[in-house]
Amino acid sequence: MSTAASNFSIQTRDVNLWYGDFQALKNVSVNINQGEVTALIGPSGCGKTTLLRCFNRINERYGNVKTTGEIRILGKNAYDPDVSLIELRKAVGMVFQRPNPLPISVYENVVFGLRVHSARSSLKKSLLDEAVEKSLQEVSLWDDLKDRLHVRATTLQLEQQQKLCIARLLPLKPEVILMDEPCSALDVEATLAVEDLMLALAGTYTILIVTHNMAQARRVSRECAFMLLGEVVEVNRTQDLFLTPRDSRTADYIEGRYG
Amino acid sequence: MDEAGNPGRETHQKEPLAAFSGGGNLGDQVFRVLTAFFAALAVLVLAAMALQMFRAALPSLKQFGWKFLSSTDWDPVLDSYGALPYIFGTVASSILALLVALPVALGTAIYLAELAPLWVRRPLGILVELLAAIPSVIYGLWGIFVMSPWLRDSVQPLLQKIFGWTPFFKGVPRGFGMMAGCLVLAIMILPTIASVSRDVLLAVPNSIREGALALGATRWEMVRKAVLPCAKNGILGAVILGLGRALGETMAVTMVIGNRPDISWSLFSPGHSLASVIANEYAEASGDLYLSALTELGLILFGVTLLLNILARVLIWRVARGPAGARN
Ligand SMILES: Nc1ncnc2c1ncn2[C@@H]1O[C@H](COP(=O)(O)OP(=O)(O)OP(=O)(O)O)[C@@H](O)[C@H]1O
Ligand SMILES: [Mg+2]
Repeated sequence: MSTAASNFSIQTRDVNLWYGDFQALKNVSVNINQGEVTALIGPSGCGKTTLLRCFNRINERYGNVKTTGEIRILGKNAYDPDVSLIELRKAVGMVFQRPNPLPISVYENVVFGLRVHSARSSLKKSLLDEAVEKSLQEVSLWDDLKDRLHVRATTLQLEQQQKLCIARLLPLKPEVILMDEPCSALDVEATLAVEDLMLALAGTYTILIVTHNMAQARRVSRECAFMLLGEVVEVNRTQDLFLTPRDSRTADYIEGRYG
Repeated sequence: MDEAGNPGRETHQKEPLAAFSGGGNLGDQVFRVLTAFFAALAVLVLAAMALQMFRAALPSLKQFGWKFLSSTDWDPVLDSYGALPYIFGTVASSILALLVALPVALGTAIYLAELAPLWVRRPLGILVELLAAIPSVIYGLWGIFVMSPWLRDSVQPLLQKIFGWTPFFKGVPRGFGMMAGCLVLAIMILPTIASVSRDVLLAVPNSIREGALALGATRWEMVRKAVLPCAKNGILGAVILGLGRALGETMAVTMVIGNRPDISWSLFSPGHSLASVIANEYAEASGDLYLSALTELGLILFGVTLLLNILARVLIWRVARGPAGARN
């Protein structure tokens, strides 16, 4: 049991979440494998984003959110009172639907996390330079951008912006990267490029991606969870979930009956 | 394959469509012409005013040329006029007011947009906006009866005791003077800067905030390193709007600034401003050249405020459009 547990980056047990009186998550218990891409699918409004945003506790920005249950990230319950949000968010990075780089240089975007988390004196220029090169290498932007590190990040193409938003997580050495429909603002080619990137990053990081696009889930994920009305209906190997769904609601969804 | 059916269906549809669009077009056209007319009217009034002022200022412009800007004379008996003390008074009081108001206004805006609990935001925001709506004569009265005596009896003596060795706090503490003028101005422009800055901050997309928070930034780091850089240009616009208001403010300044065309380093000494000298002397200006010189002061003020406002609008508009280059 304990050896198995160590292969999960995220384990949730009986997570319930309310926005005011509205219950958005119902008894969610899922395990997310370490070092793999896991996809979260389901119709609009079923709670995918909500679940994802529990994992770095950014849901708490809204005052009216109440969460119960247990969410273990790397074995530690993220909702324990002694958890530091800052440390949690260093370990669990997040990529958003629309690329949201800051309107500062590419370079400063990448080192934003380091600057926030380290004392100014410990940040030597050589260290920052190295972090920038390494992170941009990892998302295969280095060759494109190495001569343009000081242009404003918001002037890049959307695909580059989204990759940059992934790159800026990496200097913090996150364990998990959460992605909420990361390709929905991108065209087909850019989508495929970002998917390639996800697959390349998968061994090193645990990636959890919310997507509306079932073909995308099949292309990138090893495991897939299907959600409906705040519940996780089924979790399975992606190919099995799509070929031989165990639950009739899953079958209805992947055949397009919920739209 | 629908060859045969199509023409019939088309004529069937065309009639109501044509009727609809015809009516719409007429209404649209009337509406467009009317609104265009009103818009043009505003521009025309502005242009006519500028032209009229220019014509009225012509004698003074001819007589003094550029020297008008650098001369400190203001002598109706000798008919010799110069604008420098007034320009100095206006610019110095406005900039000082800005320096005082900006940190407070920015703090207010950040609190209202980012930190305050939701139930505080609306009432407090409305209160700040109300402050901007108080007529300036009321600020002036408050300046005369409350602030000036307080400055004279408590603040200025204290400042003189501590900083008396600098050139800024020399002379007799009178209450009225540059310091009172710029403090009243600061209070008056504070709500403008605060409420416009708050709107600019609120226009920064939420994903910028969440992006920073998700990287482990604290709320303060989020504001300072992510939100403010996005809002920078818009806040600059708010500042310039505030500055424009300070430059043109007449009543409250006239009531407390002391109305003497001195140029002095000391904040205790009385001063004057473009707007207040016009308001004070217009009624009794007898000679033609005197009137013309006053009008030229107005022209200077008009030009400066117009330019600043245009600049402010452009900056705010660029933020509302989103971070530069975000469009693809
Ligand atoms: N801040 C909030 N306050 C109140 N209700 C919310 C809030 N955020 C989400 N909800 C509700 O919670 C439910 C789940 O929302 P969520 O955004 O998690 O769905 P989703 O599966 O991500 O949908 P989509 O595919 O459209 O992104 C929805 O019914 C939504 O209306
Ligand atoms: Mg969503």
